[in-house]
Amino acid sequence: MTSYLKIRRLSKRYNDTWALRDIDLDVEKGEVFGIIGPSGAGKTTLLRLIAALDKPSEGIIQFDGVELNGLSEKEILMMRRRMGFVFQNPTVFKRSVYENVAYGLKIRGEGGITLTKRVEEALHLVGLSELESRKATTLSGGEAQRLALIRTTIVEPELLLLDEPTANLDPANVALIEDAISEIVKTQGTTIVIATHNMFQAERLADRVGFLLDGELIEVSGTDQLFRDPRDERTRSFVRGEMVY
Amino acid sequence: MRLDPDIFGIMILSLRVSGTAVFLAALIAIPFGAFIALREFKGKNLLVNVVYTLMGLPPVVAGLLVYLLLSSSGPLAPLSLLFTPTAMIFAQFIMAVPIITGITISAVKAVPKNIVDTAISLGADKRQLIFTILSEARIGLVAAIITSFGAAISEVGAIMLVGGNIRFFTRVLTGSVVLYTRIGEYGMAIALGVILLILAFIINAALTYIQMRDQM
Repeated sequence: MTSYLKIRRLSKRYNDTWALRDIDLDVEKGEVFGIIGPSGAGKTTLLRLIAALDKPSEGIIQFDGVELNGLSEKEILMMRRRMGFVFQNPTVFKRSVYENVAYGLKIRGEGGITLTKRVEEALHLVGLSELESRKATTLSGGEAQRLALIRTTIVEPELLLLDEPTANLDPANVALIEDAISEIVKTQGTTIVIATHNMFQAERLADRVGFLLDGELIEVSGTDQLFRDPRDERTRSFVRGEMVY
Repeated sequence: MRLDPDIFGIMILSLRVSGTAVFLAALIAIPFGAFIALREFKGKNLLVNVVYTLMGLPPVVAGLLVYLLLSSSGPLAPLSLLFTPTAMIFAQFIMAVPIITGITISAVKAVPKNIVDTAISLGADKRQLIFTILSEARIGLVAAIITSFGAAISEVGAIMLVGGNIRFFTRVLTGSVVLYTRIGEYGMAIALGVILLILAFIINAALTYIQMRDQM
């Protein structure tokens, strides 16, 4: 049986540098898959390739049985609309908080009371209800990241890609975002691939974890095993905090 | 000086000519500038340099071009537009297009790549993406309109050449200032110059308000 997300021999090269090399990975439907690794390991590159924001140099990505390479522009758009991507540095549109959250629904043609209701529910989920008419560019880093999360998840993507969703945030905001992610998993059954250098976060959220180092996927294991008894010496060194990077 | 119907007509014509020219130019130049900024194609750098060069197009050269097109020996002579407000709009349109195109190119290029990636990842199609980018660049687009309107309403070379400064028909504020200066009525010339400045100030203040409201 084909995995929900299937990646084979995936490589990405920028000029003479390989950002990713020969990645093989399977993610099952409804799974939360964590990618850990030091900065520059290729986590963001991998997520961008899965989201079809960049094209791979080699290899294939299959999502729900459909290979992304070679799809027409319209087909790629349809696939992208089934995915969601929360970027490491949240970018907000120069609009109100409400308009930001409503963006994905509006471009899918939704409007009226349903849209208002869904946006208000989403804002409530991450504690931004009071700020809905505020200009999004005036939000703090934590508020902007919470906005970015619900702006992506309000359209109920089948595959959610999270790139360091809590980097540089204070513990309160980290907790809010992790709670929201857990809530989304529980209520929507979304498949999630989360890249993080925060090992505790991966441990808290992920069912399985892969360790990425210098563009190579060193090891993929169940979360418990990877953190307590990793097979590879490099993984062991990283999870024990002994790896200098 | 009282605001007699003659001067009022001159003011209205000035606003109508420059406003129409800038409006029509914006309709073409904003999509054109966005296209240049967003698309990669052969000769793009050359085209951008040409646009930037034409931003400094002397009004009298734009007027000369329109004059040659509309004059009795020109290809558009059958339209009989020379020495009409339409010819003046045409000349100012030619001046305004490169200004708005050039500033649009810069404004669109300044939209962060993260915004583009965010819109794409949220499922925007090509048309929605372009509208999102233009919406993010709107402060720059308003600046383009302010700049081109300022250049249009204050220029004299092109409109004199193709409009002929005909009383009650093609005479605008700048042309009137020139005329009254030539005949030695400096008080009237200065008064019309002040009216021109006040009009430009009011229009620019309104546009700047829209721009600043957006930044807050």
